[in-house]
Amino acid sequence: MADKILQIRNLQVTFDTPFGQVFAVRGVDLDVEAGELLGVVGESGSGKSVTFLAAMGLLSSRARVSGSVVLAGEELIGKSSRQLRSVRGRLMSMIFQDPLSALNPVHRVGKQIGEMLQAHQNLTNKQAAARAVELLDIVGIPQPDQRSSQYPHEFSGGMRQRVVIAIAIANNPKLLIADEPTTALDVTVQAQILEVIKRVQQQFGTAVVLITHDLGVIARVADIVDVMYAGRNVEQGSIESLYDHPSHPYTRGLLASIPQPGKGRLTPIRGFPPNMMDPPSGCAFRTRCDFADSTCEIEIPELRAFSDLQTACLRAQLLPSFRKTQ
Amino acid sequence: MSDELLRVTNLVKNFEVRRTKNSGAKKRTVQAVANVSFSIERGQTLGLVGESGSGKTTLGRCVLRLIEPTSGQVEFDGHDLGSMKFEELRALRRKMQIVFQDPFASLDPKMTVGASIAEPLIVQGVPGDHNDKIFDLLELVGLSVDHASRFPHEFSGGQRQRIGIARALALNPALIILDEPVSALDVSIQAGILNLFEDLQKKLGISYLFIAHDLSVVRHVADRIAVMYLGKIVEIGDQETVFENPTHPYTKALLSAVPLTDPKAERARTRVILEGEVPSPINPPSGCRFRTRCWKAQDICAQQEPVLELRAMGQMSACHFPES
Repeated sequence: MADKILQIRNLQVTFDTPFGQVFAVRGVDLDVEAGELLGVVGESGSGKSVTFLAAMGLLSSRARVSGSVVLAGEELIGKSSRQLRSVRGRLMSMIFQDPLSALNPVHRVGKQIGEMLQAHQNLTNKQAAARAVELLDIVGIPQPDQRSSQYPHEFSGGMRQRVVIAIAIANNPKLLIADEPTTALDVTVQAQILEVIKRVQQQFGTAVVLITHDLGVIARVADIVDVMYAGRNVEQGSIESLYDHPSHPYTRGLLASIPQPGKGRLTPIRGFPPNMMDPPSGCAFRTRCDFADSTCEIEIPELRAFSDLQTACLRAQLLPSFRKTQ
Repeated sequence: MSDELLRVTNLVKNFEVRRTKNSGAKKRTVQAVANVSFSIERGQTLGLVGESGSGKTTLGRCVLRLIEPTSGQVEFDGHDLGSMKFEELRALRRKMQIVFQDPFASLDPKMTVGASIAEPLIVQGVPGDHNDKIFDLLELVGLSVDHASRFPHEFSGGQRQRIGIARALALNPALIILDEPVSALDVSIQAGILNLFEDLQKKLGISYLFIAHDLSVVRHVADRIAVMYLGKIVEIGDQETVFENPTHPYTKALLSAVPLTDPKAERARTRVILEGEVPSPINPPSGCRFRTRCWKAQDICAQQEPVLELRAMGQMSACHFPES
């Protein structure tokens, strides 16, 4: 089968704050295979961004990280920052929601792309500049040779995000992590950026992790979906299965709360997400779940095969079958 | 026609852009709202959609005269707002309220929830100690009576938005302008707030001007839809007509850009992906403002500005080459 690019096992991230410890990620297991597009979905505070910031080694010293993150056969947890620097940008790179803060306002974009190239490859300035223009072309920026010598403020939001993608893919990484890359953009521009990301995946065989709160975005581009809640994975599976017959009450709740044409009254999930300084014992979702009983308070559910999905619910086999509300 | 609550006619709002060193001597203006007309009936919801910079928020504020419109007319319940003195306007504002996007910014952190909800009553000089009213309002929006003595930081985003809604309801308004009221909320919470809007409308007969960029949300709540692009309404009509049979190319592209949450349907459909981004409103394209991104544009689109015309399915759209 396809080889694993990224393997995360029992990842835990805790932040020390003046008010106490925040248990942001509490035992995440995740695999990304070569060339696949994994969508990671969850609400604010679910730990989806922190999981991948930890994998990239980008968290501050306030964060305590444990567990294992293996990228292309190399264990990353415990590596020095110098060792990590040689991995980031070469084997994996990450793009964020706000492209303007990811770019340096006082350098021309071509130079910023070239910097990334020269950090990992032996290229002359001239070669780097030429390659930068090619990269701008790949991400769909018109007149790339002229645009290459412009500054970030001369680009629109969507174009800036393309520049950031060009930097991220400059060294042809095996894995591209995109954290809410279209959230700050208008829908018509979001559609363009999703096309670029999908094209990178298909053209270069880059595995992509797309982190988002938007189930529509996931439905458009992902192959595999991972649903996170309160710092843990609650369900994983292929995009078709997960949207067709979700088994976890949280996944079902998410799908039922999205407005869709012809859908009558929405079904919100009752209550609100838990305080991660003091998450509920056992299954963290039990406080909002209609199917929870006393066993859910004791045992933390692990991902287990259920139909063709991996579901972390003790009572998954007891739930009524999922009715599509469409 | 007698059921009309709000009528906006030829509304224009220009903002002057301050001159900077390099922008030359010419004073420039941004036409944020360009000659917009629409109406809302009692108990109905008009959804106003558009991308950032389309002027939807400015339009909402002009309706309340929170921003003074440059020209045009706003009639509310038969009164012309433009000709009113400040005192008269304030009295009328009881009937028109607004709920903002950010429930963290729109509540005073140093006021209890009860005091925040009572503030409009005090400002409008309603007599009494308001306690019963506050309790009623809290229950109406799905909070509990003992929440009145707490402070905003003790609440989640969804609960804060409910507090903002309770405050807007305090003076029994006939119209509430909802400016991106659920954009800052997670979907599982958003659904509860959308249901609340529905319930309140049924119970109290309120009209909403629902401003949002999320089309699936607008589709869910609105009876009628107006689509804005660069300060203009390009299409307006019944929700179902506009969504099922869009006639303006921009509406069509916008609808096709919104991902569906059904992966099979989402991947099966054909999409129109627009090139480029919204041009600067300082120097909008001549003729049809959408023509620079439109795949149907011809010479006439640059020369002649299209006006809103009635289409076969009943909506109005402004295009020389409408979709059929």
